[in-house]
This record gives sequence, structure tokens and C-alpha cells, in this order.
Amino acid sequence: MATAAIRAEGLAKRFGKTRALDGVDLVVEPGTILGLLGPNGAGKTTIVRILTTLLRPDAGTARVDGFDVVRQGHEVRRRIGLAGQQAAVDEYLTGRANLVMMARLYHMPAARARARADALLEQLGLAAAGDRLVRTYSGGMRRRLDLAASLVAAPPIIFLDEPTTGLDPRSRLDLWAMIEGLARAGTTVLLTTQYLDEADRLAGRIAVIDHGRVVASGTPDDLKRSVGGERIDVRAPDTETLPAVRRAVAAALGTEPALDPETGRLTAQVADGVAGLRAVVRELDRAGLAVNDLALRRPTLDEVFLALTEREVAS
Amino acid sequence: MGWLLADSWTVAKRHLLHIRSMPEKLSGVTIQPIVFVFMFAYIFGSAIAVPGGDYRQFLLPGVFVQSMATASASIMAGIVSDMASGVMDRFRSLPMARAAVLIGHTGANLVESVLGIVAMAVCGLIVGWRPELGLAPTLAAFGLLLLFGFAMSWVGVFAGLFLKSSEGAQGLGFVLIMPLTFVANTFVPTGGMPAILRAIANWNPTSAVVTACRQLFGGAVPAATAWPQVHPVLASLLWCAALVAAFLPLSVWRFRRAMAAR
Ligand SMILES: Nc1ncnc2c1ncn2[C@@H]1O[C@H](COP(=O)(O)OP(=O)(O)O)[C@@H](O)[C@H]1O
Ligand SMILES: [Mg+2]
Repeated sequence: MATAAIRAEGLAKRFGKTRALDGVDLVVEPGTILGLLGPNGAGKTTIVRILTTLLRPDAGTARVDGFDVVRQGHEVRRRIGLAGQQAAVDEYLTGRANLVMMARLYHMPAARARARADALLEQLGLAAAGDRLVRTYSGGMRRRLDLAASLVAAPPIIFLDEPTTGLDPRSRLDLWAMIEGLARAGTTVLLTTQYLDEADRLAGRIAVIDHGRVVASGTPDDLKRSVGGERIDVRAPDTETLPAVRRAVAAALGTEPALDPETGRLTAQVADGVAGLRAVVRELDRAGLAVNDLALRRPTLDEVFLALTEREVAS
Repeated sequence: MGWLLADSWTVAKRHLLHIRSMPEKLSGVTIQPIVFVFMFAYIFGSAIAVPGGDYRQFLLPGVFVQSMATASASIMAGIVSDMASGVMDRFRSLPMARAAVLIGHTGANLVESVLGIVAMAVCGLIVGWRPELGLAPTLAAFGLLLLFGFAMSWVGVFAGLFLKSSEGAQGLGFVLIMPLTFVANTFVPTGGMPAILRAIANWNPTSAVVTACRQLFGGAVPAATAWPQVHPVLASLLWCAALVAAFLPLSVWRFRRAMAAR
């Protein structure tokens, strides 16, 4: 058996009465991206903190690059980079000074530390801002600097805890591209996120975390299949026409749409989104019905969780 | 061990760079004591009778020592903010010597104390304070002050490791520093205090260092019978050694625990 980059078995952790982790198993193969997907409070950060040696598990074991996170913490720390949930960069240093300090703490000689800082500033598009204090940086720049700090020693395994939370769409896309670049270069990445689209875009495998447990795992396609593909949303213009619209959608898709009574929105699951959308448009035209809103979308994280936890309860 | 020193130096440089971007960080060891010098020298001083009659000569050692103690409050705030901002987590995820995070910080604090001493000495010379016994005793007094500042910075680190917010750090800093520096011979002779306060003041580490400095700078020292006041230099050294011996290991222990529990 080849060494997994990360292997965790039965991780458990409680904080007082809160059971933050309740038996988590994970395997990440070298050179792949694993996305830990889960809502706030699911236990994602706790997993990251245990795997990066910041926290001791109450039970279970974890190995990173073959080294035990509790007994061989120092060896683990030599092989990982961490960008935590908050951008942990020093506000009162320049971007460059932050990176040089990190490189020195990885025990690089001074000249190499400076060269490494320059290279990373360049790579992450911060070269022009390198000599400014970090407190003048935007949120996106801070995140990028934080990522750079975790990359200083070119570690084979990096942990990114909600790397894009709170970023504007543009910075989010930039960061995604950088993370993809890392993986292409062979780095193993474990990232946590609350966004399905982020996990979908970046991760080769996803583990869905809820209440300190892995409730589902697999490739993004596996997961999407298991929650029933895409959704079509339709909104009737008024309550008068709602029943007719509802009949038309049901006829087009061969399945009864669900009604959200608050917004008056009808939602139906479809296996093939584009074909389904066509059928709905055709059927609405034929019946001479106008609608306010017609959209094809991915399941939301809420729907994924609902579907996955319902299945758990059922099985 | 070699890395402990190298890593401590790297961390210390970080805090020293802060002085450039955040000069107000030095106010605790510069502006604040200077205000005290002027306030006591020109406002309260005329109402306080001291042996030898020269209040400014009496006052300056007290202000020096007080500002060394105040520095521990600023290090406490620094520790709290590093823990809250995730910077400590980042350090702890590195293959560095963990104690270096704390040693580097107290080391930088020591450098700040040197800058503070220079500022206060200049200010003291302006109001008429004079070190009268020559170079060696004067340098010995400065050395003692720095040692006291270093010892107190470990008290600050230890306290900081228990706190969650910077407001807490300010509050605790006040509660810690005020009695330590006021229930002492810092600004007034202890002779007029009620018996219990006088006993506390005479055994307060602050008073030992203040009396030692008064002796080393030259000037009248109130007659005393309490042991630390009779042997102030020895008492100061013992106090500082005891504080470091207690709070350095306690801090390192607490650092490991506080972080593991979060
Ligand atoms: N230091 C702590 N003390 C007490 N409770 C904590 C602590 N850290 C996390 N928790 C709790 O553990 C659970 C999991 O938290 P966390 O791992 O941060 O979740 P996530 O990162 O998925 O949002 C939450 O209920 C959280 O409140
Ligand atoms: Mg989290």
C-alpha cells in the first residue's frame, strides 16, 4: 500500500459538551485535492487543526505523509503549509517582511529567504504591493499573502481552511486558479469550504462533513448524482396561474415540482438540465403561459445536506 | 538549541519592525514616563518631603522602574492579539522552536526598554536629575532596570496567555501594574504609609529595584530596616531571578496548553 498523503482514522474531539468531531475517517492520495464541504460548525476547522498538529484528538489517529500528527508533530510540520480560516499575516509588517520572516523560520539562509519572498510575491500578483504594510491590503490581497506564507517552504501538502470565504467574485476566481496551479505542480491540497461550486470546481474528491462526521464522500459527480442532479426553478406571475404553471412543469418533466409557499417558486429535479429546460419552455409556450422566472441551477448546499442527511436517516 | 536562538532572533526582529510601523507602541516606555516625570517633578513634588530634600533625584529611579513594569502590559496585549488573529497558529504550524515565539517577543521588549531608558534619562537630565557616582554604578543601575523589565515581561506573557480579548489585557494590565508600582516607594517614601501597606511596599520587588537604583545613581535613601531595603541590589537580583525562573517555564507550559485546548 502506497503511503497516502493524509490518512485519518476515527478522529474524535470534544470541547466541553460540544462533540466537534465524532469519528472522522479521511484518505487523501498524493497530488490530489480533497474538499471538506460542510456548513458552519460542522467540524472542518477542527479537522484541519488536528491534521496540522495544532490540536490533539481525543481519540483516533492521523498520519500526514506517513508521520503521526501527535507523536511526530515536528516531522509533520516540516512537510505542511497552513492557511487558516483567518488570514494570519502580520498587519504591521510589509508583505515582503511577512514572507521573509516565514522563510527564516523555515531555516532558509537570509539570501534565499529574500529570493523566495520575491518569487512568491511575483507568483501571487503582489510584487507591486510587496513593500506596503499589510494593513493597507484588501481582503483578497491578504488572502493571497496568507497563501504565499503557507507556500514559503514549497511543502508537499497544504491545508487551506475556507480560503475564499468573504472574498469578492474576482479574487475568488484568482485564488481558485492559484490552487489549481498548485495541484497541477503535484502539491496535495486539503481545502475546506461551505460552497458546493468551489468544491466542485477544485476538488477531485469531496467529503461532506456534518455534525463532526463524514456523511458522504466521493467525486463531485458521485455526490451530484446522489442528490439528483440539477434543479429547474419556475415562478408563476401570480397565484391565479400557479396551478396551470405547475401542471405544465409536471407534464414537461414527468415529475411533480415542489412549491416554496413563501416565494411561490416551483422547483423540480432533473437528470439532464438542458433537455429539461427545453421541455419546460415548450410546454409553457404550448399552454400560452408566461412566467416571471425560469432558471436552471445546481443544487444548493442546503439541498445537498438535506438529501444526504435524509438518506442517512433512511438507511 | 541553536535554532532556538536563531528563531527567537527572527521573532524579535518582527516585533522590532513593528516600532517603525507603529511608533505609538513605544509610548508606554517613553511618553507615559515622561509625563510622570513632569507631573511629579513640577506638580506633586513640591508637596512631598523626601530625605535629602531633592525630590527629582528621588523621583527618577521610581519612574524608571515604573516604566519597566509597564512594558509588561504591552507585551501582554501583543500576545493576546497574536492568539486572536491566528498568527500564533501559523507559528505553531512551522517546524520552528516553539519557545522562540515567546523568547523573541520578550527579547524585543528588552530592546524597547533600552530605548525607553534613553528617553527617560534625557528627560531626567532636563529636570535636574544627575547620576552622581560615575559610570560603573550608573550602568549597573541601567542593567538592573533592564533585568527587571525582562523579568516583568515574562509575567506579562504568562498573564496574556490566559486572556481572550485585548480589552481584558488592558484591564488586567491596569490591575497588575497599578498596585505593583504604587504600593511601593516609587513616588513617596514608605515611612508615612499604614503598617500593612508599608510592609507590602517594603517587600514589593518594585521597591527593591527603586532603592537599588537610588543607591547606584547616588542620592539620599530613606533609612530602612526591612531586609530588601537594607540589601536592595541583592534583593532585586533575587526577585528578578525568581520571577524569570517561575514565569518563563510557566509561560512555555501555558503556551503549549492554551493552544492545544483551543
Ligand atoms: N475552542 C473551542 N471551544 C469550544 N468549542 C469549539 C472550539 N472550537 C470549535 N468548537 C465547536 O466545535 C464545533 C466545530 O467547530 P469548527 O471545527 O470550527 O467548525 P467549522 O470549521 O466546520 O465551522 C462547533 O460547534 C464549534 O462551536
Ligand atoms: Mg471553520
